[in-house]
Amino acid sequence: MDLFEHQGKEIFARHGISLPPAAVAETPEEARRAAERFGGRAAVKVQVQIGGRGKGGGIVLAKSPQEAEESARRMFERGFGGMAVTRVLVESLVDIASEFYAALTLDRSRGTYIAMVSSKGGVDVEEIARTDPATIRRVAVDPRIGLKAYQVRYLTGHLPEEARSGTASLLPKLYDVLIASDATLVEVNPMALLRDGTVIPLDAKVTVDDNALARQPEVAALRSSFPVDPTQARANDEGLQYVKLDGEVGIIGNGAGLVMSTLDVVTQAGGRPANFLDVGGGASAEMMATSLEVVLSDPAVRSVLVNIFGGITRGEVVARGLLDALERVDADMPIVVRLDGTNAEEGRRILEEAANPRIVPAPTMLEAAARAVELARTSPEGVHG
Amino acid sequence: MSILIDETTRLLVQGITGKEGAFHTLRNRDYGTNVVAGVTPGKGGQDVDGIPVYETVAEAVDATGADTSLIFVPARFAADALYEAADSGVELLVLVTEGIPVLDMVSAVGYLRGTSSVLLGGNCPGLISPGKANVGIIPGEICMRGSVGLISRSGTLTYQIVHELTQRGIGQSTCVGMGGDPVHGIGFVDALRRFEADPETESVVVIGEIGGSDEEQAAAFISQEMTKPVVAYVAGLSAPPGKRMGHAGAIVTGSSGTAQAKVDAFEAAGVRVGRNPTEVAALVAA
Repeated sequence: MDLFEHQGKEIFARHGISLPPAAVAETPEEARRAAERFGGRAAVKVQVQIGGRGKGGGIVLAKSPQEAEESARRMFERGFGGMAVTRVLVESLVDIASEFYAALTLDRSRGTYIAMVSSKGGVDVEEIARTDPATIRRVAVDPRIGLKAYQVRYLTGHLPEEARSGTASLLPKLYDVLIASDATLVEVNPMALLRDGTVIPLDAKVTVDDNALARQPEVAALRSSFPVDPTQARANDEGLQYVKLDGEVGIIGNGAGLVMSTLDVVTQAGGRPANFLDVGGGASAEMMATSLEVVLSDPAVRSVLVNIFGGITRGEVVARGLLDALERVDADMPIVVRLDGTNAEEGRRILEEAANPRIVPAPTMLEAAARAVELARTSPEGVHG
Repeated sequence: MSILIDETTRLLVQGITGKEGAFHTLRNRDYGTNVVAGVTPGKGGQDVDGIPVYETVAEAVDATGADTSLIFVPARFAADALYEAADSGVELLVLVTEGIPVLDMVSAVGYLRGTSSVLLGGNCPGLISPGKANVGIIPGEICMRGSVGLISRSGTLTYQIVHELTQRGIGQSTCVGMGGDPVHGIGFVDALRRFEADPETESVVVIGEIGGSDEEQAAAFISQEMTKPVVAYVAGLSAPPGKRMGHAGAIVTGSSGTAQAKVDAFEAAGVRVGRNPTEVAALVAA
């Protein structure tokens, strides 16, 4: 789960990290009043769950409360990167001497955490990593022993003398944030050395491990602040992984890899997938029914392809769930069903006995994809649930 | 031969008395796997259809000589299950449980490096050496004994490809589902090294997907150290680019993580890449 900058910074503050005075504004007027409090000049920063704000006009240095208000209004009206904007962060300006980069994240290939400090901060740190890798120092961090003082000395050793001690006291606090919040990313870009000699984060990108939200109730509660469409929310509540795409063939499958592969074969058959939906392992009849409702709530869907290969998920459960769903969902889309694996024969038999005219069985994945694409072309704009 | 498991495997199941645990344990035994014990704290002394249940892994190993553990315990207990199995000298730990916090896995994987235990998973379907042993949730009936080794990040996509191979009469030496979690046990390179050394394996199928850099590392290993032919598949060619939060991940891996980048890496290493599961099976047959 990606946090807004201000949420990340609130966690930073709880771990004793100094930050510029700032206020969250949910209206342009609030942004103006906040800028007034900070002496008129302030940074107005769009709060979104994606990066690229610096380049994309999501951060405005306002020279007056009036300008802060106008900038905030533009952000609320236009959104950012296709996402709705419900709040901005208004931050008092600080006197920056130089900028750096610091991050703690997961190193998937080594199965550990890694801490990184670059002596060059700024908008395009990936570019710096490519063109000037010597400016980035990194160390692996084992959570069983924590971030050690010698590692901090190494990480900060290539920074200008005056930035070292401030950074060295900041890094262990960022590490505490990583571990205490079950984060997989704590990124500070830029980290700034101020004229008064202090080192502070000017940004905070914090991603929290979704698998840990059960033991991070405070972080999990932040979810309610993120803009989500109702369909997405419904899918999430049921434990379904749903991503809306812009095609006509609704997709339901089990296992992320198989669902991705199903999107690929639908594309190769000349169709366009309407969504990604993974019912997960051990899908219940209820989950199958909800999946169908979620997929059919997209008015662009002309046909649905259900591609289930059973391991934990059992074929007869899938079949019953589909039949249940068809009782509940008032829609007339053709549903191409392809079942294989654990108890698939029983599932196919249940579907056959039900003889529901909307269910179109298909023997293989490629045939199922071709059939679903063809039906999406010929199916009329029908009734949607 | 085969890799990791065979007819000599002595399997214990941690979390054997749960619904999924019991279901898949009995399926594994029906397949012919030698399931010798189960462990569920608080249920020692009971049995699951004749399989004795112990309080601890140490007692189960002492009594039965189990060398492989299949783990179905809930996510919040999963790391402890790994520590317990490793401390009891179990050689291969197959962790099916999904939803385990990353921090727990980083700690456990770090700990296991100092032991002789080998981890597969978590969030993985397990592995099968067809005709010899099935450890996990891969449906045994879709597999066939033969000489193709298979390693995959996906669960159900693995079944799909195995199924297509079997339908063409192409059998498998061992099918390994490494799971899709970011921090995991055995990966592509480890499995490829084992398949390269296994006399029964003649060719290998690698099934990857978008994200991370496992496929790029596999491609580098294949070009440098594999003599056996490899066919690959990468799921997610049509996936829209994700909206990333930070840049740290890309700095660490130096990889864009897209499916196309992975396909390019495999092809540059001389690996034939199928565009869908059916094409993968056709390439193996060719």
